[in-house]
Amino acid sequence: MSTNLADALYLIPIASFILALRYLANPAHARRGNQIGAAGMLVAIVVTWIKAGGGSWWALVIAMLIGGGLGAAGARKVRMTAMPQMVALFNGVGGGAAALIALAELHRILPPPGRPTWDVSTAIALSGLIGAISFAGSLIAFAKLQELIGGRPITYPGQNVGNIVLLLALVVFAVLLSAGVQAQWLLWVVVVGGGLFGVLFVLPIGGADMPVVISLLNAFTGLAVAIGGFELQNNVLIVSGMLVGASGTLLTMLMGKAMNRSIGNLLFGAFGQVTAEAAAVAAGDGGTVRSANAEDVAVMLAYAHKVVFVPGYGLAVAQAQHDVRQLADLLESKGVEVSYAIHPVAGRMPGHMNVLLAEANVPYPQLKEMDEANPEFSRTDVAVVVGANDVVNPDARNNQGSPIYGMPILNVDNAQAVVVLKRSMNPGFAGIENPLFYNPKTVMLFGDAKESITKLVADVKNL
Amino acid sequence: MSHNMLLVFEVTILVLAIFLGFEVISKVPTLLHTPLMSGTNAIHGIVVAGAMIVLASGHKGPFIWIIGFLAVVLGSANVVGGFVVTDRMLEMFKKREPPKPSDE
Repeated sequence: MSTNLADALYLIPIASFILALRYLANPAHARRGNQIGAAGMLVAIVVTWIKAGGGSWWALVIAMLIGGGLGAAGARKVRMTAMPQMVALFNGVGGGAAALIALAELHRILPPPGRPTWDVSTAIALSGLIGAISFAGSLIAFAKLQELIGGRPITYPGQNVGNIVLLLALVVFAVLLSAGVQAQWLLWVVVVGGGLFGVLFVLPIGGADMPVVISLLNAFTGLAVAIGGFELQNNVLIVSGMLVGASGTLLTMLMGKAMNRSIGNLLFGAFGQVTAEAAAVAAGDGGTVRSANAEDVAVMLAYAHKVVFVPGYGLAVAQAQHDVRQLADLLESKGVEVSYAIHPVAGRMPGHMNVLLAEANVPYPQLKEMDEANPEFSRTDVAVVVGANDVVNPDARNNQGSPIYGMPILNVDNAQAVVVLKRSMNPGFAGIENPLFYNPKTVMLFGDAKESITKLVADVKNL
Repeated sequence: MSHNMLLVFEVTILVLAIFLGFEVISKVPTLLHTPLMSGTNAIHGIVVAGAMIVLASGHKGPFIWIIGFLAVVLGSANVVGGFVVTDRMLEMFKKREPPKPSDE
């Protein structure tokens, strides 16, 4: 197939990807959009196959079967609650592929008399660097979310300075590459160094900020792919990669806004590190924690007029979404007004709670976003916090020493009473004390969220 | 097309794609941000096309062949996994009564 014809046919996947993103604006069409995107991808693969021509076609088939098989198996098996780390993993392998392409392209061009033009060598250096950062960073994000390594930030003195020096050094190597020092070993240094930077860059970021990191790394992979398009003079890579780069950047900024923190603070603030000062403040007004048993809470709920559920990551971990739905239905049948207050960054991904509650078929009108939910709390009899922590932490409003000071939260403490379902008094994933637990209005119901909710359902039934 | 003209052309579509990306994404409600992230993740799986081109030139040496093979494996995992995960997420949104319009 001629290059011109292939380029023309590449318009099909490009258009289908744009349509796929457009269809995502509405839940009713979103799935169709994803299918359109997948169909476009198939066209892109077939066109590329024909264009690239026959050599080692059997290797292509084997490689695609291995990769596709692994991807499909992983994607099918993963539980809904583990989606964030799966997305991180698939993002990482994409970045890895972009870095490998850079390595192979330089190797292909270099043998004398070959000299890549400056733009191609710049593209090779950049996509090698960014792809490697994305690959290694995503694997660390995966390991943190999968709890293979601790979710707490890992910090050491001079961390930010060290990271910046490393990044600057890598940029210098990349500039050398594009300026004409074209040696394969130099690109290896950039790629391996990029991987090291990816690891060091994600390690200090607390688990609670992983959604932002994944979104940013998603943008990185998109960018690396777009730049890869310059190496191969391939438009479909440029456009599709950059669409993802732009959307990932925008999404990252939106999430930063939802947490009222700048991207710089998110990435370099080693968030979730309990500063000595904040810990002292929290300990100072420690007070006592009231714990209750399920029967007491069941009575509170059954005789309330209005109950608001506030889901968090604990709901996901315990897989309690169906049970919460069951409890909500039961309460509604008793005449209680039920709704769900969804914080934009509850869980491990933006909209994570929406996905889980959608899985449990919770009616959309009951899902309230933060701006809509907050004024309601003063009219609420019982706010039930199911495995959420930082997004209901009043320190974000009151305690300037708290690392989350300034983050908009759900003001559950305005409700008449608060019930917190929690496994133990351990601070949450981010490791920050929460004075809500010591509030006299609050009762704690300790235990696995799913078991607690199941008990509540039984006890409400028995009333 | 001369090399420089090609480059200018490529940079042009790159810049247009940036604006298009911002424009399209800003219409997606928070409700769908997780599938959005996963869906865009699948789209950058297009890297598999680049990997295929590399592997197709694998006759130029074992290094390129091996790297290309690995890149195709990774790229295909990205594509298939990305679309399947997104589909599983969106499946849950589909069988619902008409959603309330997003209120941002």
